[in-house]
Amino acid sequence: MFKKILVANRGEIACRVFRTAKAMGIPTVAVYSDADRDALHVMMADESVYIGPSPSVESYLVIEKIIDACKASGADAVHPGYGFLSENKKFCQALGSAGISFIGPGVKAIDSMGDKITSKAIAIKAGVNVVPGYDGIVQNSDEAVEVAKGIGFPVMLKASAGGGGKGMRVAWNEKECIEGFERATSEALSSFGDGRIFVEKYIKDPRHIEIQIMADGFGNIVYLGERECSIQRRHQKVIEEAPSPFLTEAVRKKMGEQSVLLAKAVDYQSAGTVEFIVDSDMNFYFLEMNTRLQVEHPVTEAVTGFDLVELMIRVAAGEKLPLSQGDIRLQGWAIEARVYAEDPFLNFMPSMGRLGRYISPQGEGVRVDTGITEGGEVSRFYDPMISKLIAYGSDRNEAIERMIDALDAYYIRGVQHNISFLSALVAHPRFSSGEFTTNFINDEYPNGFNPGLVFQDDPAICVVAATVIHKKHNDRGAMISGQLSGHEYVPLEELVVIMDNGVTAHQVTVEYSNQTYSVTLDDTVYCIATDWHIGEALFKAKINGRTICLQVDEVGRALHLFHRGAKKEALVVSPRVAELSCHMLTKEPPDMSKHLLSPMPGLLIKLTVKVGDIVKIGQELAIVEAMKMENSLHAISEGVVKKTPANVGDILAVGQLIIEFK
Amino acid sequence: MHEVIEQLAEKRKQAHLGGGQKRIDAQHQKGKLTARERIELLLDRDTFEEWDIFVEHRCTDFGVDKEHIPGDGVVTGYGTINGRLVFLYSQDFTVFGGSLSETHAEKICKVMAQAIKVGAPVIGLNDSGGARIQEGVASLGGYADVFQQNVMASGVIPQISMIMGPCAGGAVYSPAITDFIFMVKDSSYMFVTGPDVVKTVTHETITAEELGGAITHSSKSGVSDLAFESDIDALLNLRHFISFLPANNREKPPIWPTDDPADRIENSLDSLIPNDPNKPYDMKELIIKVADERNFFEIQPNYAANLIIGFIRIDGSTVGVVGNQPLVLAGCLDIDASKKGARFIRFCDAFNIPVLTFVDVPGFMPGTSQEYGGIIKHGAKLLYAYAECTVPKVTVITRKAYGGAYDVMSSKHLRGDVNLAWPTAEIAVMGPKGAVEIIFRKDIGNSEKIKAREVEYREKFANPFIAGKRGYIDDVILPRDTRKRIARSLAMLSNKDIENPWRKHGNIPL
Repeated sequence: MFKKILVANRGEIACRVFRTAKAMGIPTVAVYSDADRDALHVMMADESVYIGPSPSVESYLVIEKIIDACKASGADAVHPGYGFLSENKKFCQALGSAGISFIGPGVKAIDSMGDKITSKAIAIKAGVNVVPGYDGIVQNSDEAVEVAKGIGFPVMLKASAGGGGKGMRVAWNEKECIEGFERATSEALSSFGDGRIFVEKYIKDPRHIEIQIMADGFGNIVYLGERECSIQRRHQKVIEEAPSPFLTEAVRKKMGEQSVLLAKAVDYQSAGTVEFIVDSDMNFYFLEMNTRLQVEHPVTEAVTGFDLVELMIRVAAGEKLPLSQGDIRLQGWAIEARVYAEDPFLNFMPSMGRLGRYISPQGEGVRVDTGITEGGEVSRFYDPMISKLIAYGSDRNEAIERMIDALDAYYIRGVQHNISFLSALVAHPRFSSGEFTTNFINDEYPNGFNPGLVFQDDPAICVVAATVIHKKHNDRGAMISGQLSGHEYVPLEELVVIMDNGVTAHQVTVEYSNQTYSVTLDDTVYCIATDWHIGEALFKAKINGRTICLQVDEVGRALHLFHRGAKKEALVVSPRVAELSCHMLTKEPPDMSKHLLSPMPGLLIKLTVKVGDIVKIGQELAIVEAMKMENSLHAISEGVVKKTPANVGDILAVGQLIIEFK
Repeated sequence: MHEVIEQLAEKRKQAHLGGGQKRIDAQHQKGKLTARERIELLLDRDTFEEWDIFVEHRCTDFGVDKEHIPGDGVVTGYGTINGRLVFLYSQDFTVFGGSLSETHAEKICKVMAQAIKVGAPVIGLNDSGGARIQEGVASLGGYADVFQQNVMASGVIPQISMIMGPCAGGAVYSPAITDFIFMVKDSSYMFVTGPDVVKTVTHETITAEELGGAITHSSKSGVSDLAFESDIDALLNLRHFISFLPANNREKPPIWPTDDPADRIENSLDSLIPNDPNKPYDMKELIIKVADERNFFEIQPNYAANLIIGFIRIDGSTVGVVGNQPLVLAGCLDIDASKKGARFIRFCDAFNIPVLTFVDVPGFMPGTSQEYGGIIKHGAKLLYAYAECTVPKVTVITRKAYGGAYDVMSSKHLRGDVNLAWPTAEIAVMGPKGAVEIIFRKDIGNSEKIKAREVEYREKFANPFIAGKRGYIDDVILPRDTRKRIARSLAMLSNKDIENPWRKHGNIPL
């Protein structure tokens, strides 16, 4: 076994690997850049080595620095995690020449599977089903159109070096093909330094289902079931689960066996993932093979009971796989949600900053893989993923319920986050039915996500909770010192809960006795038991037997309550205040439709319009690059450009004015 | 007997109608509540004891003697907020536009005198068109009587002004003397001369809102301490605000029981200070994590935001917080911040509220606008306020404490009782760059040497231990323990008793 393992990565995956290494009794080494000096993965490791400035091209992506870190720390093996150098054959070779083990597959597998065109050829040869298409690089947009016509629209333009949805565009016609080619090429160049693009048939109503395989150096290869990763936004996985609610046992077996054949063809050793696209008739086609540990591996671990990182370490150390295909049984159901620092209500713009308050959920069947703690920083230099939240249950419904509850208890402040969106997804009837494709998010949220689309739970819950919270405050107020003797304050039992600035108002009465609050609302009596204390972020209570968890922020005199991804504003007042509130004027927020503001921090890389231009609804106005993603900003109304105060090349702050209209 | 009681009821009913239903409706249409409705919302239910409901004006000129409305445009009396006594007056805009007559002023002075006598706060709800012009000099005299009463009450009982309508001309000076001025957005304004006069004299065209609205005064002039969204928002917040204040200058602040443990550890504070010394962070995060139940009532959040002031509680007892805000102007002290801080500290000192100071200050703001504006004298106000202050003073230096600003920010030398520092503290005459350029003037131009000197200086002085060696700080603490250490310090200081030498009054550089 290895004497010391270095993880050439950061964030949650570094922490994930350290956890297993620690459990196996293997000392660990972290590497870190400037931005990660105080990161959780550095704290978790037994020792750590500084590898340079924050941009990953100057630290985490520099092969020599990782090798030097191994030498300095005496690490004899490297786990690459995912991303960064995990599928870099030069890295693999460099480690080999330095006599350091790579906890991953061999160079041959990385090399051949890393290129989509080569991997497709190998797959065909190995007898794996593949998507019909043109297996060559297209040189320019004209050629892309020609090739697309040959295959027949719709087609998918894909970066040969691509992954993670970057450098991928669907084209339904010639115009989109030309635009898509340019965008895919430029994204591929900026993300991978390789602008090669190929074209293939675009499968309609597809599901993305992938097979986890594990292989040792003795020719033993097993598949550990599938992961359904169809819930994607812009080709980025959002929700993953195991098993798939779609596959039959027979198809699962066929996909598994083909995956094993492919792995054999490249002498695969270690954990790997074979991605398939599956159509509505359960035909499946090979997409690509990921020669690394996947982000979503925890769902496979949950349903198989195996620690994939442990298996990877053992196999890399020359041990035999301690299991055979017959040992693998899928038990229960696991769902993973990727918690991102992004604003779902602002076109998913990435957010960054300090996590001023951060409470992650706990409980039976809940696992949180994260690289961050309260006070940690979501840095602009890296992927804005906060964590992976995994919920496990004996069946799919239980897993979904636990996921919904865990999301309720996931308290993140300081950065924007996608908890509302994730809650809406997992509570969506189509999600629970299991009837979805990779178009799920586009179909259900064609105009993006907005607060009106969050899951709507029983509105009484927030009203009742607000009443109890208010009562706690009022009862405390009745205990203040210095009251006039004999004329002490008696809190009111009759109250009015005004929701969302007067959208609704609810008369309630509240009493407290025997550790229980009784709230009467619309002739229904709610009994609430809670040990919530004033100032606590999570209001956990039993309301008429139902266990609920609300997030509470006190803002001035109002309560901001978050439940099931929905934000509600409650103001609890006396009946007299409620009566007089009809006289308060409603104030319209200032009209900002005449301004295009940067929705995120980023680099202005293109201004499509100039002063005097007439713009139409939906027309592209500017492109802002953030997190290596090009975000196109569109006109939300017609208008004439008056001013363009920002220039191409400017670094924009959130809310910075880009274009002013007349 | 029955008849007399009916008469009384009738008289009251008439008084309660103020200027009549039509004017009440007009008031409501402007989004404003009436004087009595405001009192009702501010006080605990059914606790208002009204005085002088039958007072009427004595003027006979210009035919005003034909119209008498009982109460004469102001409702006065006392009641309780959370069971605690407060006196108040509420001007009634529906009666003669809330204008101030001789008798109107007498009513105000009467409750103020009573409040001073029994030691309870006075709250003024201002909504007045100004002087009752028909009364001439009698009205002016009334204003002056109120001013005098305000000054007598200053430092004896808390005085709070809530501006809920117009407040112009001489009328502004009564609120100006009080301890806190709150305003309601869009429906209140304060100015010495209104837009019309401004236009005639200086040819500036400006609206009343822009000239003296709540936003103007809470962000530009600093006249107002807070701006609220509506009458209801204002009154609910005022109820909350009062709970922080003691009743008078002889009492300690009230205790609001809490179950937030005094020894609560906040691990995330260990990473509050960024590794890069030039990167800002939000001092409010520290304040909120130190406070009981994360409850921080900030004063003047939008004015001189480089210095944060406000109230929190620790162990249930009110504490005044002053903190440099690195997010704004790097947290440096300028004219506005000095005035803001000084006035707040003097309020705390007057009313037995301990002062907790969080320091991250790179110094005083340089520049002609500051020097010409008199930063020397304004900065001295803050220094004076800290030095004069005899309430418990606890100071925590989180990062920079440079130069004269170090001295000013409740240092040991200004009788700081407990002065703590985080390990990230840099207590020095100035930052490394500036210091090196003076000490090693001859090396300027040799960037390598200068850099090496900077590193040397940083290692030697950019830490809390030099000050620690001299006892200028009492201990270096872990950021995560800050609440615990402050709570213990304040508990230790709870019976602190020191007195300044007898004098008529000091001479703060006004």
